[in-house]
Amino acid sequence: MTFPHQVKGTVVVAMSGGVDSAVAAALLARQGVPVVGITLRIWPSQRPADPSQRFDSCCSPGAVEDARAVAETLGIPHYVLNYEAEFDREVIQHFAEAYLNGETPNPCVPCNSRLKFGSLFARAKGWGATRMATGHYARVEYDPATGRYRLRRAVDPRKDQSYFLYDLTQDQLAAALFPVGHLRKEETRRLAAELGLAVATKPDSQEICFVSRDYRTYLRARVGDAIIPGIIRDAAGAVRGEHQGVALYTVGQRRGLGIANHQPLYVIHLDPGKNEVIVGEDKDLWTRDVEVGRVNLIAVARLAGPQRVLAKIRYAQPAAAATVIPRDADRVRLCFDEPQRAVAPGQAAVFYDANDPDLVVGGGTIRRRQRLSNAEHGMMNAEYRAGKANGPDPRET
Amino acid sequence: MRVYLDHNATTPLDPEVLAAMVPYLTEKFGNPSSLHAWGWEARQALEQARTTIARALGTADKDTIVFTSGGTEADNLALTGVAAAQEKRGRHVIVSSVEHHAVLNAAAHLSRQGFEVTRLPVDSQGLLDPDDVRRAIRPDTILVSLIHGNNETGVLFPIASVGWICRERGVTFHTDAVQSFGKLPLDVGALHADLLSLSGHKIHGPKGVGALFIRRGTRMQPLLHGGTQERSRRAGTENVPAAVGLARAAELSLRDREAVAKRLGPLRDRLERGIMAALPGILRNGHATERLPHTTNLAFAGVEAESLILALDLHGIGVSSGAACSSGSLEPSHVLMAMGLPRERVASSVRFSLGRTTTEEEINRVLEILPPIVERMRRVNAGLPASVGARA
Repeated sequence: MTFPHQVKGTVVVAMSGGVDSAVAAALLARQGVPVVGITLRIWPSQRPADPSQRFDSCCSPGAVEDARAVAETLGIPHYVLNYEAEFDREVIQHFAEAYLNGETPNPCVPCNSRLKFGSLFARAKGWGATRMATGHYARVEYDPATGRYRLRRAVDPRKDQSYFLYDLTQDQLAAALFPVGHLRKEETRRLAAELGLAVATKPDSQEICFVSRDYRTYLRARVGDAIIPGIIRDAAGAVRGEHQGVALYTVGQRRGLGIANHQPLYVIHLDPGKNEVIVGEDKDLWTRDVEVGRVNLIAVARLAGPQRVLAKIRYAQPAAAATVIPRDADRVRLCFDEPQRAVAPGQAAVFYDANDPDLVVGGGTIRRRQRLSNAEHGMMNAEYRAGKANGPDPRET
Repeated sequence: MRVYLDHNATTPLDPEVLAAMVPYLTEKFGNPSSLHAWGWEARQALEQARTTIARALGTADKDTIVFTSGGTEADNLALTGVAAAQEKRGRHVIVSSVEHHAVLNAAAHLSRQGFEVTRLPVDSQGLLDPDDVRRAIRPDTILVSLIHGNNETGVLFPIASVGWICRERGVTFHTDAVQSFGKLPLDVGALHADLLSLSGHKIHGPKGVGALFIRRGTRMQPLLHGGTQERSRRAGTENVPAAVGLARAAELSLRDREAVAKRLGPLRDRLERGIMAALPGILRNGHATERLPHTTNLAFAGVEAESLILALDLHGIGVSSGAACSSGSLEPSHVLMAMGLPRERVASSVRFSLGRTTTEEEINRVLEILPPIVERMRRVNAGLPASVGARA
């Protein structure tokens, strides 16, 4: 992609207070592009009652100060907008509701599409901005053949964040600039150091920004009243124990079930309607066939028919070969070549082009999975099974 | 060209004020409490400043003036000082719902201490009915505190009438005149004020200095305990350079007051009329004439105030959405809410406050820059999801 020579008009940079968005702003400013830094204040200005809320993470008061210092160093205007209520409504509330619905959400997805590239960019247009930049590791390009703006993985495969950006619309991608998507993380840090930015050595954030340590503590503080103990059953319907609330469990989870069994037991399904946690053995966690809803397509306007893809069903896992089969307007079936373990409803499924593995075809939210038949179990590659034992992980960088 | 229209938040220091202060920051550095020549030199300047402020308020009695660290301290001293000294007489305090936070939150503090606080309403123009004060006063009322010129709307309260009511009923009366001091003729006798707060940096004086007028005989207790400075009403070594600066700023403001008001009133009206002529959907918040000559508060239908302020700033124009202390907070202006204005109107309201350095060219510049920005924001907002517009 050629940027930013093409950039006309003001660019708003969403500055989280971290090194990546700082360098994004610096790269644009260095090219002489008029840049306005914006930091969304998503935290209460006073310390919250809930001690599990972090105060050193993205968009925290400390981060606001860091972003301000960077803007000062770069000599660009910088504003802090109060997004406490909007963040609560568009991100945290969805996060909590997803868990109450027995799902495992990716809060970073709506934070990008609804907050940063949604309402923030909408406001920025009012200020006269034409483009919006963030510190994400991903690339945008225009494809003259299809007339579409396309999303690609970052140059640095370890930092790639295209997974969290699959929900961006064509309008949003047309305006998006990801200046560090062309850099490796070390280059970003080196540039930050060269530019004298104080955040050059700031550690990467590793968790969901509004949850410290344990999302369960956070959920109890936020929606404790809706977290109701219930029954744990096995797949055959037999009662196996009691759970503390569906929202506190994740598909694939093994620990904390408190059930004695000759084989290790895992959460294989959550039934918020009956308020039940269903457990089973490892073999019950494997699936080939996943239904994906709320699909957003990027590289193509619509899927003409089945398409070969590499699909990612959680951030910290390599993409696996699969076929996407369109079902209706925003629903697809995702059929993996090899069975996948612990596919968690609520997580994002992102499809990359099988022939061009950096190219994001589209993505959506995992709705449900079909369990493997016994015959398929028999065919399952034992080696593959042994390798993967992690539960879903709703993290961003 | 940069245009600063946020003089109700703060004003630039007048070079003449700075010149008056410099000797007391340098060679005349003495402590007014010292017995030696250095002390005397500082003491003389301090008492001269006190006399100037007293005269500016229409009294020859300089000992009625207590220097403070600013308007907020003056307000706090007034409210908590009277409450502490008079609580045996009663525990009822009356304020309005559109006071500055320095008064509102000092009153809230008193209510946590067991005092009962009545917050009087205002009408949709921001006006207060003196009869509401008369009706609210009870046998156990010890203090009425009302703002003179509102910092957000500029609306003026009928302070003299209220002062007379309080005098008749034997209730101590405080007025926060931080915004009106230096801009309107103030006479503590005519206003029947027992206590009056003022501040330096709103009138091109230094920040960090203000004063409280305390009528002789007013039963008060100090806020700060320590030495016997300020006749034991405010302990701590006096900020002599700041007091000198405050006095000089007051002198300059009063000297030029009429000429400035004659110029700024029409300039403010020109700004208001110009914006209304260029754009539909503009509403003025606050009474048209019962207000300070340099303030206007306008609602821009369909536009978020925060966004408009930011867009104007990108064009070098500084305005605000109300009290500087509450910007960046999610709370909509308590002043506009108290006037019964709809939440959307409050969230789209912007304050323009002119100062004596404001020029006609600056107003013309705003009239040139602002309308297209508002039009663009309205265009963009029209296409937004409802959740965006619903914010704030």
